[in-house]
Amino acid sequence: MNSVGEGCTELKREYDQCFNRWFAEKFLKGDRSADPCSELFHKYHTCVQKAIKEKDIPIEGVEFMGPNREKADS
Amino acid sequence: MMGKHFFSETDIKSAWEQVLTAFWQRYPNPYSTHVLTEDVLFREVTPDNRLLSRRLLTKTNRLPRWAERVFPGNLSRSVYIIEDSVVDLGNRSLTSLAWNVNHAKFMLVVERCVFMGEQDRPVWTRITREAWVSSGVFGLSRPIQEFGLARFRSNQVKAMRGLEHALSNLQKASATCHGDSAEKHKNLNSTSETQKPQQYI
Repeated sequence: MNSVGEGCTELKREYDQCFNRWFAEKFLKGDRSADPCSELFHKYHTCVQKAIKEKDIPIEGVEFMGPNREKADS
Repeated sequence: MMGKHFFSETDIKSAWEQVLTAFWQRYPNPYSTHVLTEDVLFREVTPDNRLLSRRLLTKTNRLPRWAERVFPGNLSRSVYIIEDSVVDLGNRSLTSLAWNVNHAKFMLVVERCVFMGEQDRPVWTRITREAWVSSGVFGLSRPIQEFGLARFRSNQVKAMRGLEHALSNLQKASATCHGDSAEKHKNLNSTSETQKPQQYI
């Protein structure tokens, strides 16, 4: 799957691979050891944020679970 | 303003852990050609062991012909969707909320999904899907909402097929892993040439 930043797809894949492994083998089993993916995420994140700014994608300041909190909490 | 509401509930015969693993790996799939990009913007594990995530998706902006004529400017950009989710290991639930952050005046679709694993039925997962469709266009909100609801229903079918496709891939990968020590992991959910993503159960 492609990233919204054309140059970020490879970084995305590396991060996704790390996350999928950690999610299935650690998180789901209740293992709370340190997240091994933070460095990969940081590289990927920097790349994507740049693309988001360049494309003017309106995600800045959007609250988690959005303006429709009442729907999420119901 | 009157909007449209959609609600569905279905059980699928897959364990909750598998469904969640597939949830992160469902793109691309044969039913998701309208999804152009997928990115994780944010992830955090809270002190009470919940996983918070935010994803950004880009989807094609497919409108019926009558809408294309009325809103020619709408064709210019894809739809950007934010999907926020919470995985709660304690109560075996994943709750996601997704909504479009552009073209929102034309039509806003908010979709909420809950994937629930039940202790007494470990091989089943309940999927609850709800959507709210509204439009802010004066005089045309009704046909826009009708269109939005119809498109949502069709997308919902694709989404389920896409999830089942991802689940099936994971199950195949699991069979391969257990059966063969030499070829440890199968590349199934690949998109292209070079580096292919690996799947872990």
